Amino acid sequence: MRTAQQAGAASIEIAGLTKRFLTPKGEPFTAVKDVSFTVEPGQFCAIVGPTGCGKSTTLAQVAGLDRPSAGTVKVGGRQVDGVTDGVSFMFQTDALFPWKTVLGNVTVGPTLRGMPKKIAIALARDWLRRVGLSGFEDRYPHQLSGGMRKRVGMAAALINEPKILLMDEPFGALDVQTKAIMQTELLALWEQLRPSVLFITHDLDEAVALADRVLIMTSSPGSIKSSFDIDLPRPRGEVQEIRHDARFIELQHQIWTTLKDEVERAYARTAGVAA
Amino acid sequence: MTATVRTSSAAVPASEPDVYAAARKARRRRRNLIWVGRIVLPLIMIGGWQWFTTEGWVDKFFFGQPSGVWHSLVHLVQHGTAFGSIWLNLWVTIKEALYGFLLGTGAGVVVGLLLGQVRFLAEVVGPYIKVANSIPRIILGSIFIVAFGLGTFPKVLLAAVLVFFIVFFNAFQGVREVDQNLVANVKVLGASPLQVARHVTVPSALTWIIASLHTAFGFAIIGALVAEVLGAQHGIGLIISEAQGNFDPNTVFACMTIMAVFTLIAEFVITLLEKRVLAWRPPNRSETQVV
Repeated sequence: MRTAQQAGAASIEIAGLTKRFLTPKGEPFTAVKDVSFTVEPGQFCAIVGPTGCGKSTTLAQVAGLDRPSAGTVKVGGRQVDGVTDGVSFMFQTDALFPWKTVLGNVTVGPTLRGMPKKIAIALARDWLRRVGLSGFEDRYPHQLSGGMRKRVGMAAALINEPKILLMDEPFGALDVQTKAIMQTELLALWEQLRPSVLFITHDLDEAVALADRVLIMTSSPGSIKSSFDIDLPRPRGEVQEIRHDARFIELQHQIWTTLKDEVERAYARTAGVAA
Repeated sequence: MTATVRTSSAAVPASEPDVYAAARKARRRRRNLIWVGRIVLPLIMIGGWQWFTTEGWVDKFFFGQPSGVWHSLVHLVQHGTAFGSIWLNLWVTIKEALYGFLLGTGAGVVVGLLLGQVRFLAEVVGPYIKVANSIPRIILGSIFIVAFGLGTFPKVLLAAVLVFFIVFFNAFQGVREVDQNLVANVKVLGASPLQVARHVTVPSALTWIIASLHTAFGFAIIGALVAEVLGAQHGIGLIISEAQGNFDPNTVFACMTIMAVFTLIAEFVITLLEKRVLAWRPPNRSETQVV
């Protein structure tokens, strides 16, 4: 079972990815320039960078929601054109249907894949149990707390057993305690399914605690500055505990020195614009 | 420090049940006061009207009189009108308003959803819709009467035109307001464009559409009445128009009252529908009002 799922994870190969947009004024704007990296099947890869460095743009290319201006994106060895198969997405704002109940929200994924309704509902109930939301099936999203909505989102993203999980600052809007709990739960679920993960965050601690590899992105135009392997052993257990690990502190410090220049540069630029 | 705590606790000896009882009492008092206000306000308005017209400070020949309105109402119900019983006329007007409402809502929803989703169409048609919206559409009633005669159809059409724009703008806005993350999410999950519409766009726009129905229904009534005033064989609007010719403001007010009661009932039904369809919604949400 486990090996079958592991085999189900897909690699992500990005080569020379460039994405240009037209600004509302009609001028071209390069969001991402010449980005190349590879995520091995089953790897948890985090991308860290200052705001506005094109992290989300990169993610949209992998999902197939957008086309690159130049370069290629391959998922599982096949070039992405159109929406990529076997991908799940989690956003910072919870992309839940406010008019569907918790159960309805989680059932959407499987039913869109043509799973019979009855089986989908049973599966959704099982996933809600896994994320600790049994008994909340009939609530509407607005009746839940932020952390609970995130869990619904997590169940909805994982129920399809994706080959790739794309996460765009999924816990960015949560308070610190809830965030730590959600990170721990995400790790536990990920270790069961082992999809490849591309996890965007601006929180370096989060990246180091969760990922196998951390990529640092520079801003405007976004490109990969450096890559760090995180050799903390798995399973990692409680995220709060890892933060006190000597190796964690060492890695965190090492990456921060690299990241600091970037953040300061990006900050100076925005401050310059504002002035 | 401890002394202050002790004195304050001694000053308020209230036990838990007492506090609840006091809170309940305050609430009841407030609610009673609101109801007293609600009853007194119309008493002052209608009583003042009656008083002023009886004293002759305001001419009842022009402005009517509450007691006269009541007599007209009774007369309308008991003796009917020159155009048949009041119920027949009321039914004609209701029918016109309802058909117009359904037609206008249907067209508004379809066109609104379509333009909301197809950006190209929206940009081509957009300016012309603004132009059409700035036309005083009620005048179209004259043209409809001339073109389609004194029957039901021109009334339905005028009501539908008024309703259309309100519903259309709300449906259009509703589609535009759709959470793009949600769209991206279902797309990634493998939804076809039709499924995106079914799962995201339409339910999302539904909030806006249903919110607009309150205003829209009022306009359906206005459309039907105005078209009847312009020319009809039956209907409340015709009674109003005839009363106007006879210098009979009381009957005009009586007809107004009848239509107001009906609109209130319809409003109640729409609110029920809204509660049912939008059970998922957190309370409070406003609508765009395009008049």
